[in-house]
Amino acid sequence: MAQTVLHPADSRGLADHGWLKSYHTFSFSSYFNPERVQFGTLRVLNDDTVDGGMGFGEHPHDNMEIISIPLEGALQHKDSMGNIATIEAGEIQVMSAGTGMYHTEYNKNKGEPVKFLQIWVFPNKRNVEPRYDQVKIESPASPNQLVQILSPDPEDAGVWIYQDAWFNLGKLEQGQKVDYTVHRKNNGAYIFVIEGKIEVNGQLLDTRDGYGIWDTEGFTITTGTDARFLIMDVPMEL
Amino acid sequence: METQTEILVVGTNDQILQTVLRLLNTNSSWKATGALTPEEVLSKCRETAYQVFLIGAGLTDTEEAELTAAVKQIHPAIHVIPHYGGGSGLLFAEIYLALGTTNQAR
Repeated sequence: MAQTVLHPADSRGLADHGWLKSYHTFSFSSYFNPERVQFGTLRVLNDDTVDGGMGFGEHPHDNMEIISIPLEGALQHKDSMGNIATIEAGEIQVMSAGTGMYHTEYNKNKGEPVKFLQIWVFPNKRNVEPRYDQVKIESPASPNQLVQILSPDPEDAGVWIYQDAWFNLGKLEQGQKVDYTVHRKNNGAYIFVIEGKIEVNGQLLDTRDGYGIWDTEGFTITTGTDARFLIMDVPMEL
Repeated sequence: METQTEILVVGTNDQILQTVLRLLNTNSSWKATGALTPEEVLSKCRETAYQVFLIGAGLTDTEEAELTAAVKQIHPAIHVIPHYGGGSGLLFAEIYLALGTTNQAR
């Protein structure tokens, strides 16, 4: 029997620093809710808006798979591994922080905000050599199909991470239906609605709602409007 | 005066270790001390009754396991936490959960 958890958009934690507004699905920084710590190995899902020209000064990370998905605008990235890059809507960035690295992340554009999702997944191996990558998100082979943007396999579509996780983006028109099969027996899936209205096995979800489902082989998503959503298929145990 | 929770943090990257210590010590209820090596951890453990031992980055799996066993032998009630993330993101939740609330939501 499938188990589920619903996180309505307005139940998320909010950190408002003026230049940064960050909605936290799970406990993060000064937002702590013991009922909202993680979904399996998915530990952070932040929905960030950064004002023009502003951003995060140099700060460290270690032992975490950190994925950024810009939704609008562009981010300027610079890190201690020597990477200097711009990542914009339509791309996905990944860092395996491993033994430790530093980076800065700024809104590249002075005149408009950047909106992006920052997602942290616990790694299946601690203390790996830090690495960075970014790729363009490919269009689906045909309309109204899911697009894989992350996997554990360097040879597979999208970026890869040190975890048995698969991310798929859906951009579906109203009235479409897609079946999703969970990749591994002990994985669950967390669906985050970027925009629009969808149903997951009959559960209505609106923009920025999150819905976790596990102990199931798969589920069906139908769209009540044109919709964009992210499916994060992750191990339920570290 | 309220008794501070003694927290020992180990990590081989001094810059990250100092960041973690600075963040933890912004909470006046906590007193965080750093160690860069397993030897330093054991030495400090013999001097102070730590309640939390946070394992940062840079040790091998074997070192982490051996150090956990050794620290627990000195302080059986200590909470041993592998730290993830390297900064402020998860740090506070890791300590809160160790000290009291353990019912992590799935």
